[in-house]
Amino acid sequence: MKGFDVTVRDVSRAYGNFKALDNVSIHIRKGEFFSLLGPSGCGKTTLLRIIAGFDSPDTGTVLLDGNNILPLPPEKRPVNTVFQSYALFPHLSVQENIAFPLRLKKLPESTIAERVREYVHLVQLDDHISKKPAMLSGGQKQRVAIARALINEPSVLLLDEPLSALDAKLRQNLLVELDHLHDQVGITFIYVTHDQSEALSVSDRIAVMNQGKILQVGSPYEIYESPATDFVARFIGETNLFQAVVKHCVPDQDIYMTTLNIPELGKDITVTDYDLLPVGQRVSFTVRPEKLKITSERPFRSGKDLNVFAGVVEEPVYSGFHSKYYVRLDQGSVVKVIQQHANYLDEGPAISWKDTVYVSWIAEDGYIVEAIDS
Amino acid sequence: MKAIHQNSTRNRRLGFLYTAPMGLWLTLFFLVPLSIIVTYSFLKKGLYGGVEWEFTFAAYRQMINPSFFRVFLRTLWVSILATTITMILALPCAYAMARSRHQVFYLGLIIIPFWTNSLIRIYAWIAVLSSEGFINEALRTLGIIQESLPLIYNQGAVITVLVYMYIPFAILPLFTVIDKFDFQLLEAARDVGSSKWQSIRHVLLPNIRSGIITAVLFTFIPIFGAYTVPLLVGGKDSYMIGNIIVDQVTKTRNWPLAAAFSLIITAVSTFGVLWMLVSTRKERRRMKTGRAIV
Repeated sequence: MKGFDVTVRDVSRAYGNFKALDNVSIHIRKGEFFSLLGPSGCGKTTLLRIIAGFDSPDTGTVLLDGNNILPLPPEKRPVNTVFQSYALFPHLSVQENIAFPLRLKKLPESTIAERVREYVHLVQLDDHISKKPAMLSGGQKQRVAIARALINEPSVLLLDEPLSALDAKLRQNLLVELDHLHDQVGITFIYVTHDQSEALSVSDRIAVMNQGKILQVGSPYEIYESPATDFVARFIGETNLFQAVVKHCVPDQDIYMTTLNIPELGKDITVTDYDLLPVGQRVSFTVRPEKLKITSERPFRSGKDLNVFAGVVEEPVYSGFHSKYYVRLDQGSVVKVIQQHANYLDEGPAISWKDTVYVSWIAEDGYIVEAIDS
Repeated sequence: MKAIHQNSTRNRRLGFLYTAPMGLWLTLFFLVPLSIIVTYSFLKKGLYGGVEWEFTFAAYRQMINPSFFRVFLRTLWVSILATTITMILALPCAYAMARSRHQVFYLGLIIIPFWTNSLIRIYAWIAVLSSEGFINEALRTLGIIQESLPLIYNQGAVITVLVYMYIPFAILPLFTVIDKFDFQLLEAARDVGSSKWQSIRHVLLPNIRSGIITAVLFTFIPIFGAYTVPLLVGGKDSYMIGNIIVDQVTKTRNWPLAAAFSLIITAVSTFGVLWMLVSTRKERRRMKTGRAIV
């Protein structure tokens, strides 16, 4: 595996009273596609700029392959950046933009030409080498920026929201290409984004950030299925989140069948958890909309592990491959339910506005967020 | 189709009307005076000023004279030196202004001197530089010098005051282009391996070229024709073409010779503008096909 591992240790950075980074530590593995995910102003870009060398932390260190890189100016770090605004040199052609890093090294003309050809080909810009950046589309500019950042063969590539200026369709395509590129060059990618779907689809691991702190580091699956905090649960995907109190907690083989009292729902629900929680502890309970089942009839199945609520469809939202229903439960709260579309093999009429429905899920599909933020 | 066609013809006729005031202005205040000067330079000098309507090359023959040639070279030298110093000072000033959060304040500082007549500002410099002036008095009081330093009535004083007079004309166009410059490009250059200086040399300067050219022309051309500054703060070693012209008009009363010297200034300025235009075009062509860093 090429690339370097990156260790960020106890890094803080404040701008006046605003804490952009608050004692952040992470370890990014060699050759990993690592995403920093969070809303704007969460500190992710500040962290990226510190790694690149455009900003320096008030305290803490950044190690690259075990060496402290903070004393080095940006041009001496084996780290290159793909900027959000591309930052292509407007006075130079595509070819010259990509050749720029090599020209600085005063390499022989033939070597430069050969390497540029190789990287132009890598990002599939062979037909556009003599164009100026102003004549390129957004996606093409992005490729030039990537080629320019890669041609020096850095150990770590930093990507600062590289796709945010592109339209949704192109974004998906480039994301897949970026993933392929990562496999091809094999170096460490650190990808900054506020778009959770981008982060989930390409990352090996994700760090979710908010207000200058790292809330959770984990694989996309872990982040989505087992959010560490309320914020992570709400920020990644959609969810139904409730404040709850542990009513009782009984072991059931290697897990604990936990009963939670949720005042908002007006009754108790059951959920499984890996920890024994003390009775009376305040927790958050989350269940993803796609894990809820919406039916016109009360489900046949019953049992202690099934949670069933009756309600009325307040707002059905059709969105092609699935529908989202806002259901007002009899107890007053509204829950979101996402359901794949019924097909002809299903029975019964489609669920629609003002229908009386049942919303149900089994204990394993809920999740207890133990840490309460704020 | 027909409507569009009619419309476009009407616009074409209107287009002429739009440019007419400009054409009239240029004819009245540029072409006519220039023709008068050209004509005068080929006429015989009148006894007490003015001209006699008789065609002659006398003015140009008088111009071919080593002492006049020396003045021409000196004017060129002073102008190049003053322009270079102005640019060296103006670039960092404009850069700092463009990056500052108090742009309006600094722009105000640049513009405020224009509220005062330029002659008064030159006299203010005399009060600063003369042997009893502010600097000499201050140095004497501090005991650093006994004798006054020769700060005035020499070429150094002329260049100092010229730089002072024309630096706003360099800063303003430079500020405009640097303000529009995307500073992230400098970070991008640093990121891929250029030093601070290389990023300025290879990324900032090429992208603010138009402003640099404007600034050079805005300072070089008026400095080349300057006469009040060398007259008031200059000495024997700072007599410039502008002074020749004034003396030929007011003292020697050789108007054709004055006209001929005026044409030299016009020619040098025109040459400067053309040279800049050609070099930009060349640069553009070079960048299209050529290399980023040479």
